[in-house]
Amino acid sequence: MAAPEASTAAVPTLYTNNTLRNAFGGVLSFFILLLIGVLAFSIRLFSVIKYESVIHEFDPYFNYRVTQFLTKKGIYEFWNWFDDRTWYPLGRVIGGTVYPGLTLTAGTIWWLLNSLNIPLSVETVCVFTAPIFSAFASWATYLLTKEVKGAGAGLTSAVLLAMVPSYISRSVAGSYDNEAVAIFALIFTFYLYLKTLNTGSLFYATLNSLAYFYMVCSWGGYTFIINLIPMHVLLCIVTGRYSSRLYIAYAPLVVLGTLLAALVPVVGFNAVMTSEHFASFLVFIIIHVVAFVYYIKGILSPKMFKVAVTLVVTVGLAVCCAVIAVLIALVASSPTKGWSGRSLSLLDPTYASKYIPIIASVSEHQPPTWPSYFMDINVLAFLVPAGIIACFLPLSDASSFVVLYIATSVYFSGVMVRLMLVLAPAACITSGIALSEAFDVLTGSIKFQLPGVTSNAEVDAGETSSDTSEAQTDEVKAEKPDDTSKNRPLKKSKKKERELAENPPAKATAKAKAKAEKKRLLALPLEASVISLLLLVVLGAFYVVHSVWAAAEAYSAPSIVLTTRSRDGLHVFDDFREAYAWLSHNTDVNDKVASWWDYGYQTTAMANRTVIVDNNTWNNTHIATVGTAMSSPERAAWEIFHSLDVKYVLVVFGGLIGYPSDDINKFLWMVRIGGGVFPHIKEPDYLRDGQYRIDSQATPTVLNCLMYKLSYYRFVETDGKAYDRVRRTEIGKKYFKLTHFEEVFTTHHWMVRIYKLKPLKNRIRGKAKKSKLKTSSTSSSKRSGTKKKNPWQ
Amino acid sequence: MEARIRARVNLALTFFALLFFVAGSSPPRQFVISNAERRIDLSSHIINVHLTLKVENAGTRPASEVVLALTPTEVDHLAMVDASAIKGKRKKTTSLRLEVKPTELPDAPPIDTKYFTIYLANPLNSGESTTLEVLYVFTHFLEPFPAEIAQSESQLVFYHDTALILSSYHIKQQTTFIKTPSTKVESFIRMEPTNRVGTEIKYGPYEDRPPYSISPIHVHFENNSPFAVVEELVQEIEISHWGNIQVTEHYKLIHAGARHKGVFSRVDYQSRQSSNGASSFRYLLARLPPRVHSVYYRDEIGNISSSHLRTDSLKSELQIEPRYPLFGGWKATFVIGYGLPLQDFLFESSDDKRYLNFTFGCPLIGMVVDKLTIKVVLPEGSTDPSPVVPFPVEHHLEAKYSSLDVVGRTVVVLEKKNFVPMHNSHFQVYYSFKPIFMLAESLMLASAFFMLFVACVAYIHIDLSIRK
Repeated sequence: MAAPEASTAAVPTLYTNNTLRNAFGGVLSFFILLLIGVLAFSIRLFSVIKYESVIHEFDPYFNYRVTQFLTKKGIYEFWNWFDDRTWYPLGRVIGGTVYPGLTLTAGTIWWLLNSLNIPLSVETVCVFTAPIFSAFASWATYLLTKEVKGAGAGLTSAVLLAMVPSYISRSVAGSYDNEAVAIFALIFTFYLYLKTLNTGSLFYATLNSLAYFYMVCSWGGYTFIINLIPMHVLLCIVTGRYSSRLYIAYAPLVVLGTLLAALVPVVGFNAVMTSEHFASFLVFIIIHVVAFVYYIKGILSPKMFKVAVTLVVTVGLAVCCAVIAVLIALVASSPTKGWSGRSLSLLDPTYASKYIPIIASVSEHQPPTWPSYFMDINVLAFLVPAGIIACFLPLSDASSFVVLYIATSVYFSGVMVRLMLVLAPAACITSGIALSEAFDVLTGSIKFQLPGVTSNAEVDAGETSSDTSEAQTDEVKAEKPDDTSKNRPLKKSKKKERELAENPPAKATAKAKAKAEKKRLLALPLEASVISLLLLVVLGAFYVVHSVWAAAEAYSAPSIVLTTRSRDGLHVFDDFREAYAWLSHNTDVNDKVASWWDYGYQTTAMANRTVIVDNNTWNNTHIATVGTAMSSPERAAWEIFHSLDVKYVLVVFGGLIGYPSDDINKFLWMVRIGGGVFPHIKEPDYLRDGQYRIDSQATPTVLNCLMYKLSYYRFVETDGKAYDRVRRTEIGKKYFKLTHFEEVFTTHHWMVRIYKLKPLKNRIRGKAKKSKLKTSSTSSSKRSGTKKKNPWQ
Repeated sequence: MEARIRARVNLALTFFALLFFVAGSSPPRQFVISNAERRIDLSSHIINVHLTLKVENAGTRPASEVVLALTPTEVDHLAMVDASAIKGKRKKTTSLRLEVKPTELPDAPPIDTKYFTIYLANPLNSGESTTLEVLYVFTHFLEPFPAEIAQSESQLVFYHDTALILSSYHIKQQTTFIKTPSTKVESFIRMEPTNRVGTEIKYGPYEDRPPYSISPIHVHFENNSPFAVVEELVQEIEISHWGNIQVTEHYKLIHAGARHKGVFSRVDYQSRQSSNGASSFRYLLARLPPRVHSVYYRDEIGNISSSHLRTDSLKSELQIEPRYPLFGGWKATFVIGYGLPLQDFLFESSDDKRYLNFTFGCPLIGMVVDKLTIKVVLPEGSTDPSPVVPFPVEHHLEAKYSSLDVVGRTVVVLEKKNFVPMHNSHFQVYYSFKPIFMLAESLMLASAFFMLFVACVAYIHIDLSIRK
């Protein structure tokens, strides 16, 4: 559409031609960006259309509950919120231990809408926060890549990011988690860093530290930024790319960013105390030294400078050594060397499995498999190397940053599946660059060899609309040296473009000629370029098909409601909510419910009941206590639960319908975590020849533990054989009675079973003696052990 | 139309009633009841008492006010009282609805009896007689005994009453029939002549009983009908003149029968349906207006997938299932929402006003609603709303802000306590509305966007930089 008008307008002068093309390019990219935003938003709505507008999974429920509190009670109450409905009897200081970015964002959106009298519920706002922010994230990607390789590459990577499956998995509608806004904040911070680096403007530097502040508010992954940017600065210094722009991009970020980060309660003094942040301070010192050296170099004559260097280096080295020694001593004195568990497991991938079973027990903390790379970034995995090569032609400050970003994020994604999310934007940016460069070369050579296109001017004029972006790329490139040499103060970018358009026409024609020369050199054979162009389009189509499939099928399930398709239609398993609704309506509001920590957030959010442990997992001992209770025999478990004032015990059981992620399958983790704190729980007691089983070969410890009993109580009466559909076996012990617990609710498909602790019995003389004798004769050793180890008595 | 406006403040109502009585002309003893027949239906938790009275004026002057007497407990549980006069004989009977009002008698006997007065259409002359039919509806009147039952037990309840009809008149002959839901009757108190045939217990006939004679009885019987009670129902009817009426109903449901005790076993509930949880219920049926669209059924934690909607041209039936079966004392909350075409319910009246004609009631069948609140949200800009309800309700006005409202919408709130299905009837809300208000929000939006674009244009063309 833009092409014919551009060519007719090209007749009068080259000057008007350029402005018009710029205007069209601008309008076109604006609409493309708008469509990319719509795409990013709508591809994430599959979950709402296929299921319903509901909060997904586990952590989002906590965030939702916090947001509800925020909207109800206001910001000050929120900061001071001590939550007594979780981690009973310890409670949790929510305001000081939560990254508030997401909740504040959604709370603000809700407040804005409500003050405009658009009455959306908090839930609706929460559900759609993630898709909205993924649209923002793709726009931020455009801006970032535009800084690196121009608008064409920017648009390509924006469209790639809009539907990269890895990011979709964390940001479908309803997946109301920190990552949803954090990825946007991450990309936007990087963009502002590069923008500052390219312009040397203090305005962008300030914006950058604000963006960094937002990132710190949103996600613990901000440490990635505060380590990656220093690394890049160091790289620039080492490769002799130091400039005043680099200084402006870095120094304000460290000072302002650290100050702002320390304002976030959950970070606080960690911003200056923990090892994660030390790299940035070290580089901060180095960049000052370097800046000083450059300054001195400018003042002194070369000879004097050499003398000064030798002097300073000797003294400086001595001081540095002393300082570093003190630092190392300080760091080494702390048990974890100043690193948090999760960060340590990043540096040493085997750390978690060795020392912290609670981190290892979460599936998203495991290293990914190769198929998961293909699943999550698909064809981008093949385009990334090409993109890295493209970044080297020519290597600029910005493109070196992208190379560094992709290199580090590939490493981190290899450690934890969850960090694939950090890799995804990097992969999109590099692949976008690769695709855009490839298209550039291929379309360029096709155009060059097309018959009828002879003169250089006509080449310029007849360029299709796709080339407008390329023209802009060139301008941006051409603009950079101008900017830096003049060292301009802040101005609107539009101004610059206008000024740039006023370049004398002679210069422009010279440039066009040079470009044509370059093109002639790069030209490929016509057939080859047409075929490879087609292949690239097929590759892109494959990516789109895969992404849509991933969004529709793989990542849209909310996991609290399950569906299966069978011959007689769709089956819905809504057992979780059935159980939570039952708890919330038919138990006392102050009753305590014990369950494995996975269901803690959901229980507090949906059933509004106090839980013992939840997904926050901040207190390992507390979780170990619950794990111990679940893996103890009934009587000992009753005592532990009773000492914790627990009224109901909730277990998730998938044996009837074949739901694999139930408590029996998680049981070994309970044993491990429990055994880590209370040594009388020994993992080998639960394994027969190194294998965990619940059939007739199971060890008596398994068959007598609370988890087994609560899961399989009266299970045999359903089919007469007690066949477990998950473990594909008949269970070991079919008929047994519960003495200290009673079944109060089981959901329709048996997925959630709720038991009530029986109250203490009045002592009946004869019977009590007998039963006491019996139990003490069978399990006296165990019980005495339990009693000693139970920390709540 | 004006005459039907009866929705008045209760205070004024009782005041009027009192005034009437001070100036009252007929002493209560003027009548004699020559024949009284009472049929009590105990088959569900809503108790219907049909009382047929043959009233004779034994006094000298014509009189038009017949007084009914009820015990205080009965009055506490009384959901509605309705009286009609029967004209004609045998098959050609016609009934005429009469006005009934609560009253107080100055010369009340020692037992604190409450009274209702029936106002006859035509005064009854001396010696004449007429037949009155009275319907009492009681709720929460059956007392579960035992108060707590296990899953496998069935529900037994007590019904307390008197074998003789409480009346301030002399009754010459009276009979009472009590119908139980099944033949399983644990016990009942006899007062000869009494006999029990099948599901019916007959007390009487008793001859010549003086005023205020009573004889307490009770019946202890099995009643497994679902004691489903909506503790609170808030129904919001939002009118949009763009062609839609959106109805949202918030339910708080409880099983008001004998409380569930101890274990709930899913195995027993699923495999032995007949003997387990006999008094529990799983399904509810809602009868919605025809041409209903976009129906949803959810609660605060999301959609509830177990529901079926059947529609035909006369009615729509929505069968819903709460998330779990309800046993005694268990509660559930949920929301039903649906849209309706505007033209079926909104009409223009002669005096250039519009009125909404809608059913006053609970769409769920066979429900007692302890507190029913109907909120009619009129479109923004509508003025002088006035509700017309065929029975006394409390009402007040509220304001609601929704979708870009500036002045807010007028909400007519109607409240009724102890609502039973027999109350179901139509009510009207009259209001005036200028069609120009329909465009207000779209114009506002358009101007807001216009301002935005103007601001953008201005921003692009203004140079704010200091240095040139």
